[in-house]
This record gives sequence, C-alpha cells and structure tokens, in this order.
Amino acid sequence: MIEADLTLTLPGFELEARLELPLHGVTALFGPSGSGKSTLLRCIAGLARPQRGRITVNDVVWQDEKTFVPPHQRPIGMVFQDAALFPHLNVQQNLDFGAKRSKTKASGTDNLIELLGIAHLLTRRTDTLSGGEKQRVAIARALFSAPQMLLLDEPLAALDAQRKSELLPYLDALHQELDLPVLYVSHAPEEVARLADHIVQLSNGRVVRSGAAMEIFPYLQLPFTQEEGIFTLLPATIELHDSYDHLTQVSIGAHRLWVRYIDKPVGSAVRLRLLARDISLSLDPGARESSILNTLRTEVVGMEETAPGRTLVKLALDDGPLLMSRITTRSARSLQLRLGQEIYAQIKGVAPLE
Amino acid sequence: MNFSPSDWSAIRLTLELATLATALLILLGTPVAWWLAHTRSRIKPVVVSLVAMPLVLPPSVIGFYLLVFMGPNGPLGQLTQSLGIGTLPFTFGGLLIASCIYSTPFVIQPLQNAFEAIDDRMYEAAATLRAGPLDRFFNVAVPLAKPGFLTAAVLGFAHTVGEFGVVLMIGGNIPDKTRVVSVQIYDYVEALEYSEAHRLAMLMLIFSFIVLFLLYTFNPTRKKGG
Repeated sequence: MIEADLTLTLPGFELEARLELPLHGVTALFGPSGSGKSTLLRCIAGLARPQRGRITVNDVVWQDEKTFVPPHQRPIGMVFQDAALFPHLNVQQNLDFGAKRSKTKASGTDNLIELLGIAHLLTRRTDTLSGGEKQRVAIARALFSAPQMLLLDEPLAALDAQRKSELLPYLDALHQELDLPVLYVSHAPEEVARLADHIVQLSNGRVVRSGAAMEIFPYLQLPFTQEEGIFTLLPATIELHDSYDHLTQVSIGAHRLWVRYIDKPVGSAVRLRLLARDISLSLDPGARESSILNTLRTEVVGMEETAPGRTLVKLALDDGPLLMSRITTRSARSLQLRLGQEIYAQIKGVAPLE
Repeated sequence: MNFSPSDWSAIRLTLELATLATALLILLGTPVAWWLAHTRSRIKPVVVSLVAMPLVLPPSVIGFYLLVFMGPNGPLGQLTQSLGIGTLPFTFGGLLIASCIYSTPFVIQPLQNAFEAIDDRMYEAAATLRAGPLDRFFNVAVPLAKPGFLTAAVLGFAHTVGEFGVVLMIGGNIPDKTRVVSVQIYDYVEALEYSEAHRLAMLMLIFSFIVLFLLYTFNPTRKKGG
C-alpha cells in the first residue's frame, strides 16, 4: 500500500493530498488539468519535492521529515506524456539504459517486446518512431528496469485519437499480463473507465474521492467531459446468453438488461457503458410497442441544464449506482420532472467495455 | 611552402598553446557552463557578464591587468614567487593562463547553450531509470551536448591560435617560448619581410577557413530532445 500525506506549494497552486493507494491493479489519478494529479505522481516518483510530507510504500519510507529517497533510488518505472526517449540512443539502447542500472533484472523482457509490438523497432533511431511507437518503447523501457510499480503520466494525451486507440489495447494487455501496480494519471474518462481498478479523483489540489473504480465511477460528476460524451459506468454480471438473437443478459443488482452478445462465460463481471444521450425517460413502464429492449425503474436525484435546451438528469437505481440521461429541457418540463420522482429509463444502447 | 626553422618553432608553439588552452578550458569551463545553464542564483548575470568580457575588451586591457595581476607585486605573482616558480609574464605558463582567459567565452557559451537546450525531461527519465546525478551528467548531458562540446573545442582552439594582442603583452616575443605564429608574422611585417609574412599569414587564413568550414558542415545540430 502507498500511503501519502503531503503538501506542496507552488506559486498559484497548492497540492494538499492525503491518501492511501492499493499496490495492485491500475489506480487512476483523475481530474481536470491543474487539479494536481501529475504533481502528485511526480511527488511519488521523487521528481517533485513536497515542502512537507510523508510517503511510504509497503511501510518503507520514501519521504518524511528526515528522509528523501532520490528518484533514482525508488523502485519505480515512469512513462512521461511525451515519452522522453533519449535521442542519442536507438530503441534497444533506450531499453537497456534502465535494465543495465537496475539491481534486479526484469524477467520476461522478450515477452514484453512481443506484448508491446516493438520487436521490429529495436535498431531504429527514436526520431523515426511515431507517437504511439515512442510510447510503447517508453513503457517497455520503464518495465525493463524491473520496477515495483509503474507510473504513467498521461501516456495517451499527446497522441491523436487514432494513435490512442492503437495504444489502448497494449495497455489492456499489460494490465492483464503483468502483476504490477500501475498509477495512471489521466483526465480522460474513457481511459479511466477502461483501465482503472481504483480511482482517485482530484480537484484543485485536493482529493475529492477515492475508492474502487466501480463504486466511484458512477458518482463522478463529469464537468470536464464533452457533454456529448457523458456516460456512466455500471458493474454488471453475465447471467445468460441468447445465441439465437445474439444477445447476452446481464444483471445489475436485481435488474436485468439485454445487451449485444458478450464473448465471456456466464458469471463473468463486465463493465457497461451507458451514454447519457442514449437514455430517454418515460413515466410509463409499458412501452411494449417499442424497439427499446431495456427499461429500468429509477428515481430522479439530480437535474442540471448543461447546455441551452439540454438537461442532464441524474437517476439512481434503487440506492445503488447512478445513471445519467440527457434529454431536452422541453421534455423535462413536459414530464414535470422533480427530485425524488420515480421514472422509467429507456436504454437505447449499452456497450460493454473490454 | 618553405618555412624557416623559426617558423616551424612558432607553429609548434602555437599548436601546443592552443591544445593545452582548449583542454584546460573544456575541463574548467564545463562545470561553469553547467552551473550557468541550471542556476537560478542572483549572481548568474554577474558571472555571465564576466565570462563574456573578453568578447568586448581590447586584448591590451586584458593583457595589462593580467600583467599587473601576475607581476611581482600582483596577487598571483606573489603567490607564484612564494612557491618558487618566479613570475608568470613572459613565460609559456603565463601565456597559457592569458590564452585561457581570452578564449573563455568561446568555450563556455557554446557549452552553456548546449546544456540549456537539453529538456529536463531527459534527466527526469534517466533518474527514474536508476541513473544518479553523475551518471546522468556523463551518460545523458554530455552525449546530448556533444555538438556544443565540438563547437566549444574548435572555437576555443581556433581563437587561441588567432590571438595576438594578449600574447604580445603577456608573452612578449621570446623564440621557442612565447613567439607564436601571429607574433612571428608581426615581426616579419615590422622587418618589411613581406613574402615571409605572407607564407605564415596564408597558412593562418587557410587553417581558419578549413576549421570553421568543417565545424559548420559536420557538426550536427540536434533538435531539443524528446
């Protein structure tokens, strides 16, 4: 477990964070730019030095009043937003840089080269690589130094959408194959939704929320997302498959939903992504004469006009997870929506993640 | 070209002086350049100005103060006398010190520029890959600043070869000890031996052109690391 309690003051910014992070799975440090998430990561790496603070990792002190372990003595691997490969070394030499200096030798480095798809790049100069290739090499370089944890500072932020979607499967694969704790700084909810097991939400240099991804994610307010893309994430379990219609039924607590076929055994956990714009509201549960397969009974717990004429309605499923529905403000008025009201959410589209 | 023995002696002396001065300047100038590239100290502008002074001062001014400084009553002169070395003016040692001071900006400025151009991310990445401070300096900073080192060495060397005023004031004109090529040329001109002067002057001209040509042709300028 990483325990951190630190204060770092820069001109015009103060980070005051106190948190405990698990040393397994992917922990996302999530928040808008300027929220202090990268600074927090840099403090853990030892690249930034908080004026006051204590950082321990599995009870080993990395920093307290008397101690400051310099970054080169912390068993970390770090990947920067811009990859930060050494331009005077080729790809293989970049990989060897950390490997040579590490006391413990990384195991399965060949496998890693395979996993990240960089075998054909080893003799290349780094300035001939694409952005996505650079990041893959940077990740491999960090892992070659046999770190006890991997720190990723917005590794996708410098990439365009195309490269991002190219790199994400590699991150997925790492997540599945390596038993290495990862701290992942990101401001993109899609990345967090896809990769994170734990989420720490930061805002203005403070920790707002921290906990398991499935518990935290539905409660995250997402003012930093494009309104078009607002979605919630629901943890679900696969109940049964209908191979005739190519559908899978999943359960969320006592509720059942039909989604398109998911190639996983019954009983598996999946994450569902529900876009707010794909959820419409009705006062009437019936809707038999409709193409909508899924209707959930919910309660209105919040309403906000996020853009002229558009209202975002927050809905609670029993006492559990939240859904969000984006409707027109006129509909909200004609339905006479008010807090605490019972309403039926008609779900047009559900996408399983992974 | 038909050089006389005294020409050859002057050429040899010039090369010796320039080589030693360049080596010394790289050795002593690198830490200064590194410090200048990274410090936020308030005295940085003072040091930068001092380093740049030889660019604007007449060599006679530098020569004059060095003469006083190294002379029998100067602080360095008293020190060298008490050490039993005598005084430095009109010796090769004195000439070497004067050359170093005169060529300082030509070595420190390219090094400082090269260090400043290296993205801090490079050192941070190296640190997270277990490289300590010295390791980072020798295996990240130095290779990335290689073009700067090359420029510094070439300019320092060429500038020392080309100095005249300071040499004359500090070194005088002692054959085999302080009579470098530029002074030899001066002597020939004074004696109206123009063809002898022309031989050496042409040598200097060609040398300077070739050195600068090679520098600007082959020195790779690397973009900021990333």
